[in-house]
Amino acid sequence: MSVTVFVPRDSAALAVGADKVAAAIQREAEARGIDVHIVRNGSRGMLWLEVLVEVRTDHGRVAYGPVKASDVPSLFDASFLTGGNHRLCHGLTSEIPFLKNQTRLTFSRCGITDPLSLEDYRHYKGLTGLQKAVAMAPADIVKQVTDSGLRGRGGAGFPTGIKWKTVADARADQKYIVCNADEGDSGTFADRMIMEGDPFVLIEGMAIAGIAVGATKGYVYTRSEYPHAIAVMEEAIAIARREGILGSSVLGSAYAFDMEVRMGAGAYVCGEETSLLNSLEGKRGIVRAKPPLPALEGLFGKPTVVNNVMSLASIPVIMDRGAQFYRDYGVGRSHGTIPIQLAGNLKHGGLYETAFGLTLGQIVNEIGGGTISDRPVKAVQVGGPLGAYFPPALFDTVFDYEAFTAAGGLIGHAGIVVFDDTVDMLKQARFAMEFCAVESCGKCTPCRIGSTRGVETVDKIAQGIEPEKNKVLLEDLCNTMKFGSLCALGGFTPYPVMSALTHFPDDFAPAPVREAAE
Amino acid sequence: MNIRAVAVDEAARIAEIIEDCRQLEGPMLPILHRVQEEFGFIPESARQVIAKALNLSRAEVHGVVSFYHDFKDHPAGRHTLKLCRAEACQSMGCESLAEKAKAKLGIDWHETTFDGAVTLEPVFCLGLCAQAPAAMLDGELFARLDEDCLNDIVAEVRA
Repeated sequence: MSVTVFVPRDSAALAVGADKVAAAIQREAEARGIDVHIVRNGSRGMLWLEVLVEVRTDHGRVAYGPVKASDVPSLFDASFLTGGNHRLCHGLTSEIPFLKNQTRLTFSRCGITDPLSLEDYRHYKGLTGLQKAVAMAPADIVKQVTDSGLRGRGGAGFPTGIKWKTVADARADQKYIVCNADEGDSGTFADRMIMEGDPFVLIEGMAIAGIAVGATKGYVYTRSEYPHAIAVMEEAIAIARREGILGSSVLGSAYAFDMEVRMGAGAYVCGEETSLLNSLEGKRGIVRAKPPLPALEGLFGKPTVVNNVMSLASIPVIMDRGAQFYRDYGVGRSHGTIPIQLAGNLKHGGLYETAFGLTLGQIVNEIGGGTISDRPVKAVQVGGPLGAYFPPALFDTVFDYEAFTAAGGLIGHAGIVVFDDTVDMLKQARFAMEFCAVESCGKCTPCRIGSTRGVETVDKIAQGIEPEKNKVLLEDLCNTMKFGSLCALGGFTPYPVMSALTHFPDDFAPAPVREAAE
Repeated sequence: MNIRAVAVDEAARIAEIIEDCRQLEGPMLPILHRVQEEFGFIPESARQVIAKALNLSRAEVHGVVSFYHDFKDHPAGRHTLKLCRAEACQSMGCESLAEKAKAKLGIDWHETTFDGAVTLEPVFCLGLCAQAPAAMLDGELFARLDEDCLNDIVAEVRA
């Protein structure tokens, strides 16, 4: 009988040699005359264990990792195909604490299934949300999403249902669903993981959105840095078309919906929704002033839903299990689950989907296991390059939208980057300004010029040139950028800069032995 | 092949690409991506042809080409090595690794080695933030990059 072995095809696994591991297993099995069936699944999100090889046994799936191609013969020697013991064995995958303690709603299938097997997708309750949606009145779909309390997972946290209602109520000959998959924030990879590991859930979510608001065309706008995600999405869309999930009659209903993938070209600012729309239209990715809202005048001037991958991928479970089911997770006004991405200097980096409400300290120390360098944590940046740096003193901050806003930060796309005590926070502040200067679209002055002046001012502080005066100037500049910029790029760059200055004043102090910034 | 024939060939290929993408909504970026894939950069002559086909001015096409980091106006080396410089990779020492890469290759960011083997580009996030530092060599990803791995990559591109 053939044994099923899972070797992930996620970029995170490919980057540490998953293809070589899969080839080695195939070769070794042939040499030993054993029949194995290798499934290339998505990633389970325990990225310190990649390449995580799993074997299907009578008791469940047994995990081995991190596996290198050179470990494969010894795995066979230890009869891993029947779940045999080996130094890389972690027992049953589902019992690994990192995975067991999660609440996986959006990522329920990711890592379990073959991403391009529609049969697998159906087997694990895929398409039931869409089946329910095609039988409902569009207004009821919108109501269910509103009632679920789902808020935009891209960073702004705007209620998804309200956005949909605005588009649904708009009158136009054409409306669009645009999926913002321009996941440029450092420390985030949830969108990439879902596109590579469970692409049908995004397709299903977009089709439901299309039916709800009366849009027949969807675009997934993603990054050129994500070639594997693009390939998997395109293949999945072709399968969905062939199987009648997309096309002139969605699941045999009267609704039409089709979609395609578009690739950006390396501009960070295109993750901002209006800039993204301009880019999709084939223009420079310049930010548009709002109003008009994209919901009323979006892509090609038509009413457009612009939602993040995570928001759209959460829709199928909301339609399937109901608004109340989803709403019951979380705290305060942050309902549902959030896929936290643990990154940077951490022992246990990866994706951890859980209800809102953990503290930052729990996330970093308990789930993430502390730094991989075994040095003390100095700073944690939450929410990407535009997110604030938190010192350990603020580790009791609760992970939800409101608490982070109150603490002078933001959740953003829920990426967490941990730094140990070797980090120089003045350098990080300088980098935030430098990044803004490189990526600014140039439309508004505070962002375009402020960021360059910011770099210069930080450099002066580093060189000890009138440091007190320049710190005041930097604060003033941050204020201007925060309140005077058109979009979040210029508007949020002050978060990392000001948080570094506020929480880590020692790094900005003129020290006699201090080295020059570069 | 003489220069004239090369130019004719180039124009014909660009026209073909435009024709292929024409039915798309907002065809500009798909066209530019395919032109770059074909030639390794966006040839000067492409701007005029694309402008005419899409009923735009040449300046508008130039504006788009120059806005995006991906589009190049000159050919890159045979290989392109992209090293991630974003925060997660910084937390794991990507900056010192980048300095080593520059020293080994004898070039700075955006430059190509004299033998035309490799161009070094910074990249801001490859989505491998839990396994930093990360790099991409012509579409192939590398995570948990260390000096040994970097040496292997340099040897490979130099081969």
